[in-house]
Amino acid sequence: MDIDLITNILYAMVRTGTPLLIVALGELVCERSGVLNLGQEGMMLMGAVVGFIVTLTTGSLMLGFILAIVAGMLMSMLFAAIALGLNANQVATGLALTIFGTGLSAFIGAGYVGVPITGLEPIAIPYLSDIPLIGKMLFAQDLVVYLSFGLFGLVYWFFKSSRLGLTVKAVGENPHAANSLGLPVMRTRYLAVAFGGGMAGLAGGYLSLAYTPLWAENMVAGRGWIALALVVFATWRADRIIFGAYLFGLASILNLVVQGLGYPVSPNLLAMMPYAATVLVLVMISSNVMKSKMYTPMWLGKPFHPHS
Amino acid sequence: MNRQVSATLSGQMRLQLKGITKQYPGCLANDKVDLEIAAGEIHALLGENGAGKSTLMKMIYGVTKPDAGEILWQGAAIDIKNPSMARKMGIGMVFQHFSLFETLTVTENIALALGDEAGDLQLLAKRISTVSKQYGMELNPDRHIHSLSVGERQRVEIVRCLVQDIKLLILDEPTSVLTPQEVEILFVTLRQLAADGCSILFISHKLKEVQALCHNATILRGGKVTGDCIPAEAGATKMAQLMVGADTPISSDYPKATGGEVFLAVENLSKSSEDPFGTSLKKVNFSVRRGEILGIAGVAGNGQEELLAALSGEHLLDSSDPVKFAGRAIGLLGPRERRQLGLAFVPEERLGRGAVPEMSLVENTLLTGFLQGLLNFGFINQGKTEQFSQKIIDDYKVKTPSNRTAAQSLSGGNLQKFIIGREILQNPQLLVAAHPTWGVDIGAATAIHKALIELRDKGAAILVVSEDIDELFLISDRLCAICDGELSPSKATQETSIEEVGRWMTGVFEPSEPTAPQHADSMLNTSTIN
Repeated sequence: MDIDLITNILYAMVRTGTPLLIVALGELVCERSGVLNLGQEGMMLMGAVVGFIVTLTTGSLMLGFILAIVAGMLMSMLFAAIALGLNANQVATGLALTIFGTGLSAFIGAGYVGVPITGLEPIAIPYLSDIPLIGKMLFAQDLVVYLSFGLFGLVYWFFKSSRLGLTVKAVGENPHAANSLGLPVMRTRYLAVAFGGGMAGLAGGYLSLAYTPLWAENMVAGRGWIALALVVFATWRADRIIFGAYLFGLASILNLVVQGLGYPVSPNLLAMMPYAATVLVLVMISSNVMKSKMYTPMWLGKPFHPHS
Repeated sequence: MNRQVSATLSGQMRLQLKGITKQYPGCLANDKVDLEIAAGEIHALLGENGAGKSTLMKMIYGVTKPDAGEILWQGAAIDIKNPSMARKMGIGMVFQHFSLFETLTVTENIALALGDEAGDLQLLAKRISTVSKQYGMELNPDRHIHSLSVGERQRVEIVRCLVQDIKLLILDEPTSVLTPQEVEILFVTLRQLAADGCSILFISHKLKEVQALCHNATILRGGKVTGDCIPAEAGATKMAQLMVGADTPISSDYPKATGGEVFLAVENLSKSSEDPFGTSLKKVNFSVRRGEILGIAGVAGNGQEELLAALSGEHLLDSSDPVKFAGRAIGLLGPRERRQLGLAFVPEERLGRGAVPEMSLVENTLLTGFLQGLLNFGFINQGKTEQFSQKIIDDYKVKTPSNRTAAQSLSGGNLQKFIIGREILQNPQLLVAAHPTWGVDIGAATAIHKALIELRDKGAAILVVSEDIDELFLISDRLCAICDGELSPSKATQETSIEEVGRWMTGVFEPSEPTAPQHADSMLNTSTIN
């Protein structure tokens, strides 16, 4: 393999891993506050379709991304109203949200299938992007990829040294104790869910506005589910999430490369590879129960009634 | 002395409760309760479980609100809306079940409670060090909570209150998790705090401690104040009767036994814990003879859960040798086979492991009683099961509307009597009981103690694991203690003292050697001399 091919593989790896990274970071914050939102897929689809329609009608990518985020947040607030406000079962509510989002996005996007738009263009940073191998990967990407680097840093710092991050962890570990300390348990959870929704919307918007600039029904293709698995297998650690997301990206690209080279392997088998490889590797690194339990939000998925 | 303390404020009390009443569905938790605490006073709130102590302090701390009555803070009526308001007023609270976060450090835990006042974490860590040293409770601010002992966790809770400007410190059963030595240290700290002008509300049901520490006491029973007294002057019997009422018998003393041949022998039992926050067992050696009660003391989290799981069969061992029932190695047998060999087991958690909360008492009878001919070719014999459950209820005076009542609607004491009765009526050769009277009122505790002694006198081997050292001295024939997964040697109860067991609880001992059978013989000899 020549160096250009490797450079391009690395570039595509980050591009492919980005939506997964964004949605998984959002879900990480949400889950560490103790809320399990299985609606990622639905929220991403809504972000994708809303972002696409807005950009198509207004011509503004900026506006498209902003409203994609808003759409994801609105979806997550629907979830929060039912699962937190009414104390419904989080798993059932999240599943319903995904089914709802899948149907609704197909419905409002029906007239837009296959319409082309000009997607978000990469911006190469002068000089830095000429670094061999990693220059293109890190410095010739589009704005959302750069943003995702920042978001990763933000979430990592958030849990490592911010006060609010401490509160989120406390609320997810033991909401009753947190409540008795006077921490705003419900408000923290609403905010965490909203952040998760906004990130899912952004990731959806990235798919329809940058990654493949068009709208197709169910175009998220299971990335929301993979992100959910990623958070668990990454044992709720941001550094492992970024690793897992790019690993998924790499496996997806290698699958295309292998197909392109014409090896006689079933394409179905190859299409399975990214999912299998990501899960397998993350299972291996999370097999140390001792260490992974340190980061597990103990109250995950359990409802909290402040006055019981 | 106590009167002097309250006189210094010339009538103005730090906290006054007037006619506090709180009604919960089906239960009047507090009925016109009056209470006064002066600055610098250590005031005891005495009462049984369910007497209304917790409800009262929850209202002082702003967790719930009274239905009627008035709370006066430094002379002025106030409506304490929530815990953070209480904290701002200078009220600190140390809960019985700690409100700490295991995966965070000491500093982070304290920062969470302080809110915006926490400021820079490094400065806070220094302040924690200073304050904890000042009050003789040293703490390393950078340690994670899961790596701390229960006593150290309590220090974190107390220091968390002390780094703020504190005027009233409420402690809910603070000594139940401490070794006798740690209790002494705690008392020194509390006296020092009181001398600095902080008021302390000390909630307890242990009379000795209240007598040693408190200036005044208010006694609650069934939600009502049944008396106020000066503990140092009032007799223990009088206070006890105020707590439990005149008609409840209080257990006094039981004759000690020495037992016969060894039934349960544990030799060099080592097992790493499956829980990352758990304790691994390290070469545990002990034996229990027929007709004796062996008590294992220890602070929670020192390997008790792991030891109990290894004995009940919930965790299988790596080889069958370390645990023997009457000479038969059973380390690889599951709970069902062990029960067939004569084991009965009373787990620590009543609801969830001892009984299924949503199921009726009849169904819960079947849970462990299935070996008593309650099954017909895999089908439930309803009639027999019902009879057996009724027998438990009658024999052990379980207060319940019927045997169809769900286990979760029984009070803790009644459910525990039911569980103990269910196990004892199966005529076990070995009964392993974890914390048999934890959270149980004195009346039920006495009944449970009597049942255990009767079973012992019928020739069963009994192992009791408990955190309540007074209880262990009351019912055990032989005592040892567990610390950090290691077991101390055992001694006959009469030949040891609370101080010695307290030292064992902190790990000051030579680990026991696997010489159980000979040891038992020599014990027999000495006992005949006695």
